[in-house]
Amino acid sequence: MYFESFEALLAMGGHGRYVWSAYGIAIAVLLWNQLVVMVSKKALLDQWKITSERQQIIEENKDQAP
Amino acid sequence: MRAKTWFHQWGSPRWFFEKAKPVSTVLGVLSLVFLSLGIIWGLAFAPEDYQQGNSFRIMYVHVPSALLCQSLYLFMGIAGFIGLVWRMKLTDVAISAAIPLGMMLTAVALITGSLWGRPTWGTWWEWDGRTVSTLVLFFLYFGIYALRQAIKDSSTKANATAIIAMVGTLNIPIIKYSVDWWHTLHQPATFTITEKPAMPSEMWLPLLVMVIGFYCFAGHNVISRMRIEILRRESRSAWVKSIATSGEKARYVF
Repeated sequence: MYFESFEALLAMGGHGRYVWSAYGIAIAVLLWNQLVVMVSKKALLDQWKITSERQQIIEENKDQAP
Repeated sequence: MRAKTWFHQWGSPRWFFEKAKPVSTVLGVLSLVFLSLGIIWGLAFAPEDYQQGNSFRIMYVHVPSALLCQSLYLFMGIAGFIGLVWRMKLTDVAISAAIPLGMMLTAVALITGSLWGRPTWGTWWEWDGRTVSTLVLFFLYFGIYALRQAIKDSSTKANATAIIAMVGTLNIPIIKYSVDWWHTLHQPATFTITEKPAMPSEMWLPLLVMVIGFYCFAGHNVISRMRIEILRRESRSAWVKSIATSGEKARYVF
């Protein structure tokens, strides 16, 4: 490591708050975009599951229809 | 003939949906590797700048996001052009997938630039060529985003977006050459094709790693968004219905 201690890494010679917040924002934005993809995938899969279950119930009860 | 077939394949959302999956997976893994390596390298191992001290480490997130938000806009402009000329369905899907990431990365470039400017230039914001043209890029992204929310009809939406995306690409060379055209506080480009970087390799190597990581992430993210959007738009077609009703197997097509 370039820094002598963990404290020095956090402080960054007085520039710590600028550096860490810049990295924090960049990483948060990347993670957010990944999360959006994962959530929309799950939503689509859940929606499909409900539709196919509903379809199955309709198929099973076809004969009992009045 | 072969080239023509190759070109027409891009008109098929289904073809793209199937072929893009392994590409997206590889890019996802690569981005994880490169970004983790680059972040640790840039934060803790690269030597500090003799003039700027440790604030220069912001470069490792600022430069990749600034490069990428311009590349994504260029990508949208090219997609818009192809969409207008050849009427491909896929290009509007591509544009819609690139907007959120591009817009957010422009904001990241502006904010990290501001955080870098404060300790280096002594100001959070400077009305110079680079910062203003990047702000314009943010408004272009935001304008396209807002326009797409406002237009209901999908073909009007696609055409309007394509035109703005194309016209807006004029801003990209302005951003690029702004540091040469106007006297500015902003430092010139770190990487150029013709010259060796002015920095020592232990400083620019982590930057290269971060740039590659950001581009792989964008590839993964945009392709994933496109594939989800294709499934939404094609939900009435037979091939999507067969996936949707395949039960547990549906999980594996993603």
